[in-house]
Amino acid sequence: MRLLDVCNVAKTFTMHLQGGMQLPILRGLGFSVAPGECVVLTGPSGAGKSSILKLIFGNYRCDEGRILVRDGEADVDVATAPPRQILSLRRRRLGYVTQFLRAVPRVAALDIVADALTDTPRERARGLAAVMLARFNVPERLWSLPPATFSGGEQQRINLARGFLPETPVLLLDEPTASLDAANRDAVIGLVRERKRQGAAIVAIVHDEAVRAAIADTSIDVTRFATAA
Amino acid sequence: MTGIDENPLLTVEELTKWYGRRLGCRDVSFDLYEGEVMAVVGESGSGKSTLLQLLSGQMEPSGGRIFYRLRDGSTADVWQMSEPMRRFLFRTDWGYVHQDAQLGLRMGISAGGNVGERLMAVGWRNYAAIRESALDWLNRVEIDEARIDDTPRSYSGGMRQRLQIARNLVTAPRLIFMDEPTGGLDVSVQARLLDLLRRLVADLNIAAIVVTHDLAVARLLSNRIMVMKAGEVIETGLTDQVLDDPCEPYTQLLVSSILPA
Repeated sequence: MRLLDVCNVAKTFTMHLQGGMQLPILRGLGFSVAPGECVVLTGPSGAGKSSILKLIFGNYRCDEGRILVRDGEADVDVATAPPRQILSLRRRRLGYVTQFLRAVPRVAALDIVADALTDTPRERARGLAAVMLARFNVPERLWSLPPATFSGGEQQRINLARGFLPETPVLLLDEPTASLDAANRDAVIGLVRERKRQGAAIVAIVHDEAVRAAIADTSIDVTRFATAA
Repeated sequence: MTGIDENPLLTVEELTKWYGRRLGCRDVSFDLYEGEVMAVVGESGSGKSTLLQLLSGQMEPSGGRIFYRLRDGSTADVWQMSEPMRRFLFRTDWGYVHQDAQLGLRMGISAGGNVGERLMAVGWRNYAAIRESALDWLNRVEIDEARIDDTPRSYSGGMRQRLQIARNLVTAPRLIFMDEPTGGLDVSVQARLLDLLRRLVADLNIAAIVVTHDLAVARLLSNRIMVMKAGEVIETGLTDQVLDDPCEPYTQLLVSSILPA
């Protein structure tokens, strides 16, 4: 059984403002992730690791191949699914955590985190959000404030709390531990291990050797799928 | 469940408008479902405002059809139904937020009256109930209750816009059209309005079509996007997908023209 199956995916950017320049980034990409498995993508900067996560999340369009995400008894192909099906997948099946917070102005940190649980009653969502903020050591006095004025590290931890809160069966992690201190790095490792025990399929990009060793079951060097640009 | 198999609320087929020999928009087709917010972006003259007027039944198309699923589950062709029926839909099941709040409000009557009028149009007669509902909506759009008897003339631009939203949402519409809802407002006022709109649309699970030239507004408010140029739809998709991985030359130009904050 696979929760995520990436088959023969290719991606090329066409830069129309640069005279239609073709920028191929990936070709023949294929791997799959089983429940409870964490696949770590490796390779030098620019090899296309983040692009792979964006393709799986439906943030980048897929030119060729299939990206199958298990949804109950069926597979949804992110490469061809209509927008609302991808949105539905993202709400229930497919999580994505980056190190950057893209926040709506004026919304309190606690609500930003709680908003990640769209189908949960509000008060319960806020309760769960509070637990998650505490795990990432965000001081309680900040919870009711909008994060626009917070430090970079605080914003990152709010984003992690938001990203880890929905217990989606497929989880994509783009450098979640970059520039975190030891305590918060351990919080990430703890959460990834919990999610693996719950049977989640995880695809991660982590540069930190210790974190990689702590969470990875499989490593995939993406260099062999990268096309020399 | 997610309701992924339900029928669309609005189905638009090859909608076209000619102003004499000048093209307004051509062959626009899409489906819209409950809870979806679709942004229509493009420069002035791209046909996005024409499209909004056609969709909201304010202007008759030269070609194409618009189907709307009524509350009883049946589907009606918007331009085949009677004029009174279309007006009734517009007063009750649909909302229209104008860029210029003066067009969407009655400037000479009180704020409470502006909100209550929509309720009276759907048959509410009990004054106390109307006033109570109006007060509730003023609260929800963050207008001080003490201002309920003032006319919108005494309101700031941001307050007028919020009052217009209350007036539109009080009848619990299922579909709302917005024409540059944050245009002409100060940036701080815009942020407040966007947050409010985003929350209300999500809480009420209504469908919305938002015309804007501001891609930041589209990103914050919408989950789908349609890019128009010279009257035609040139690119559609998930909002984050179209903005982060634009394919068409014109969309790439639009996205690359955003000034960093």
